Amino acid sequence: MTQVSMTVNGKAVSGDVEGRTLLSSFLRDQLSLTGTHVGCDTAQCGACVVHVNGEAIKSCNMLALEADGADVGTIEGQAAEDGTLNVIQQAFQDHHGLQCGFCTPGMVMSAAALLKDNPRPTEGEIRKYLEGNLCRCTGYHNIVKAIMAASGQDVSSIAAE
Amino acid sequence: MPKDSGIGASSKRREDVRFLTGAGNYTDDINVHGQAYVHFLRSDIAHGRINSIDTSAAEGMPGVVKVFTGKDFEGVGGMPCGWEVTDRHGAPMQEPPHPILAQGKVRHVGDPIAAVVADSLEQARDAAEAIEVDIAELPAVMNMKAAAQEGATLIHDDLKNNICYDWHLGEEDNDKVNEVFANAAHVTTLDLVNNRLVANPMEPRVAVAEYSRGTEDYTLYTTSQNPHVIRLLMCAFVLGLPEHKVRVVAPDVGGGFGTKIFHYAEEAFCTFAAKACNRPVKWTSSRSEAFMSDAHGRDHVSTIELALDAENNFVGLRTNTYANLGAYLSTFSSSVPTWLHGTLMAGNYKTPVIQVNVKAMFTNTVPVDAYRGAGRPEATYQLERVIDKAARELGVDPIALRRQNFITQFPYDTPVALTYDTGDYNGTMDKLEAAADLAGFAARRSASEAKGKLRGLGINCYIEACGIAPSNIVGMLGARAGLYDAATVRVNATGSISVMVGAHSHGQGHETAFPQVVADMIGIDESMVEIVHGDTSKIPFGMGTYGSRSLAVCGSAMVKATEKVIDKAKKIAAHLLEASEADIELKDGQFSVAGTDKSVAWGDVTLTAYVPHNFPLEVEPGLEETAFYDPANFTFPAGAYACEVEVDPETGQVTIEAFTAADDFGNIVNPMIVDGQVHGGIGQGIGQALLENCAYDENGQLLSASYMDYAMPRADDLPFYAVDHSSQTPCTHNPLGVKGCGEAGAIGSPPAVVNAVLDALNSGGKAVDHIDMPMSPSRVWTAMHG
Repeated sequence: MTQVSMTVNGKAVSGDVEGRTLLSSFLRDQLSLTGTHVGCDTAQCGACVVHVNGEAIKSCNMLALEADGADVGTIEGQAAEDGTLNVIQQAFQDHHGLQCGFCTPGMVMSAAALLKDNPRPTEGEIRKYLEGNLCRCTGYHNIVKAIMAASGQDVSSIAAE
Repeated sequence: MPKDSGIGASSKRREDVRFLTGAGNYTDDINVHGQAYVHFLRSDIAHGRINSIDTSAAEGMPGVVKVFTGKDFEGVGGMPCGWEVTDRHGAPMQEPPHPILAQGKVRHVGDPIAAVVADSLEQARDAAEAIEVDIAELPAVMNMKAAAQEGATLIHDDLKNNICYDWHLGEEDNDKVNEVFANAAHVTTLDLVNNRLVANPMEPRVAVAEYSRGTEDYTLYTTSQNPHVIRLLMCAFVLGLPEHKVRVVAPDVGGGFGTKIFHYAEEAFCTFAAKACNRPVKWTSSRSEAFMSDAHGRDHVSTIELALDAENNFVGLRTNTYANLGAYLSTFSSSVPTWLHGTLMAGNYKTPVIQVNVKAMFTNTVPVDAYRGAGRPEATYQLERVIDKAARELGVDPIALRRQNFITQFPYDTPVALTYDTGDYNGTMDKLEAAADLAGFAARRSASEAKGKLRGLGINCYIEACGIAPSNIVGMLGARAGLYDAATVRVNATGSISVMVGAHSHGQGHETAFPQVVADMIGIDESMVEIVHGDTSKIPFGMGTYGSRSLAVCGSAMVKATEKVIDKAKKIAAHLLEASEADIELKDGQFSVAGTDKSVAWGDVTLTAYVPHNFPLEVEPGLEETAFYDPANFTFPAGAYACEVEVDPETGQVTIEAFTAADDFGNIVNPMIVDGQVHGGIGQGIGQALLENCAYDENGQLLSASYMDYAMPRADDLPFYAVDHSSQTPCTHNPLGVKGCGEAGAIGSPPAVVNAVLDALNSGGKAVDHIDMPMSPSRVWTAMHG
């Protein structure tokens, strides 16, 4: 066991981990931050996306030890202190960008990373960027629409409610 | 004008807040103090006889609590099948045992051989590697037609062959069918494969079980679409437990698509092991385990023949299908190729003579069961592909050929056992033609051709049978379960309402849509109504969510229970208003006496129900009612879809340029949610048509056991969809007039995509009749250049 320390959603945390402990396991099992989900074994599905030092990464593909000293952001830290949803979260609700909710934390975290680098992405850029995030419920229509809306684009001409 | 609340409003989903903030409560988020972890040792051999299993080394490994093998389950029931199909000769299907852990033989890659329970998951995995298993490999039975041959290797030694049943529906007289085809002006024949798929909800399956020696109570948290069904099957048929001592909880569930209907060995194992180890036990499926153990979908090989007269009227239809059931019978597997497939072969058309033949086969593969659409996509695919081929052969417009043969009079009795209550197939096709701007297709094709691409337009129609019922009829057809549902409407003293429902929401938005109905009936704010689901200790015995049934069946029960509540509340209001009950009207949450200005508010009546000081003597205190609802018939959503593709002739790459759906779902409670359901279904259907394929090699090795090998549709594989559900013929036999929308997209989209690709290829001068799904670039390129 080795001690690891990092900042998670603005709070200093530490814990004892094995060399093989994944960051996703550390967040879920030791910090009880269960909003970060694990949907595959091969770093394909993206349900586990978190921010490490501002970059979107798949936390199932990073050892907890590698995040020692890092600034980590998870879905639990996205809304305001009083629970108000951030712009991306609110757009996902407004545009029905989620159904079962399992992929949603990863989608929101990926969308946040995309908009940080590219504040007004095109539909094509969003679809390309989300290649590492699988959703089985929505057919992606309302996810793409929500991200466009979150970036301030008019989505009223895109079909459906 | 769109409504802003109640039935017909696109109310935003209240469940979203917890999912968007990481506050969902999925089964893997549940940890019970002192829990141990399970790892299953699964067969890497498709078919073999188990000579020996030596667990002694594993038992001595660090942290190991106990190691289980099939021997521990001798005398324990196996996994049951919920539907007994009767074959064409009147004999029951062959029904082999399905043990929790393999006994004697392994029958597919992934068949669980042993299970290790240990203090940590890592210890359980390490110990499983120390189990020594000696298996004598047998030939893998993979090809369905070969499996049906006499002398084929037997998968189940006690069965007479590998055929579960040889089934028939529709016209029995072969001579009559032969005569129809012999006299036809034109016959179109098509051989098709409906590719094997894996449902792949993003949340893998999980089970957490605990047992209390003090109270003898069990609790099972599990990823299920129907917790009461799991409790009944596990208690009555597998473990022999008293139902009242077992609580099954399906909390937030991350998608189901059918594959979480079924009772699985892993959840029965965890329940058994929690008592045997006297510790809570948790199992979380990895994704590769999911590929090897979640029930798969589709996998039909069919020949379909369509007979037309000289005026292009459909006069006969005959199909012969081999349906893969895998190595064991999953819970509802037997019903899929039969009553959920054969009955749909009439489609939207008035074909007078139909004969459906199905051989259901055991093979050394993962069990196959219902996946979004379940039998209906397989039927629709055959029918809509053969119609398109016929149109091409005859040189007629595929829409005109369909319109000419549409059923236009309702109710309509099909030759394959269904009675369609209502529909308007021409009206729905009109909506499609407008929404998809079919008139502008020629110009779009020219524009594609100018870029060096081939453009194709694919049209198809579908009919769906949802809310399978009534129980007495499905019982006669072999169902071993009822197919009603239930709701309890519990009004609190202050007027808020908890509705306990048998349906389960795992993406469908029940927590938002169901309150819209109750609030609308009473005239109160939606926020005053809450839905409780997913916990057998809280909800009435309901059958859960699948087959697009939730609103049509459970929603109807909820309406009935709400009506009972309103009836009773009117008695109380009449007493308070000193008026006759017959004169009481309820509107906007106010009870009033007709023709007067006397009224009393909903909240005053509900408070009186629980503080019954001034109360009618003949009425019981309280305000809570339950209703069970058993539908009189299926519901029949129907639609017409259009897909436009571009094909790159250099590479065979297909891109979806436009996809338009016109659906008739009857009345609609929340249009936003309905559109979302259609989007998701279309996404999965395009996935089947272009990308997804569950592949085995000839030795039974699963080649597509991860997302590295199984091509899930990603955002840049799919377009925006146009969805039109303004064609609405309400269901005639349920109180809301609703039909169900969950599966439509997955049923209607694959043939539209395939028809579009073939149209593109033919427009480029290449006469191609058929390409099997998934239409990968290599398959399309080969079809063009082969």
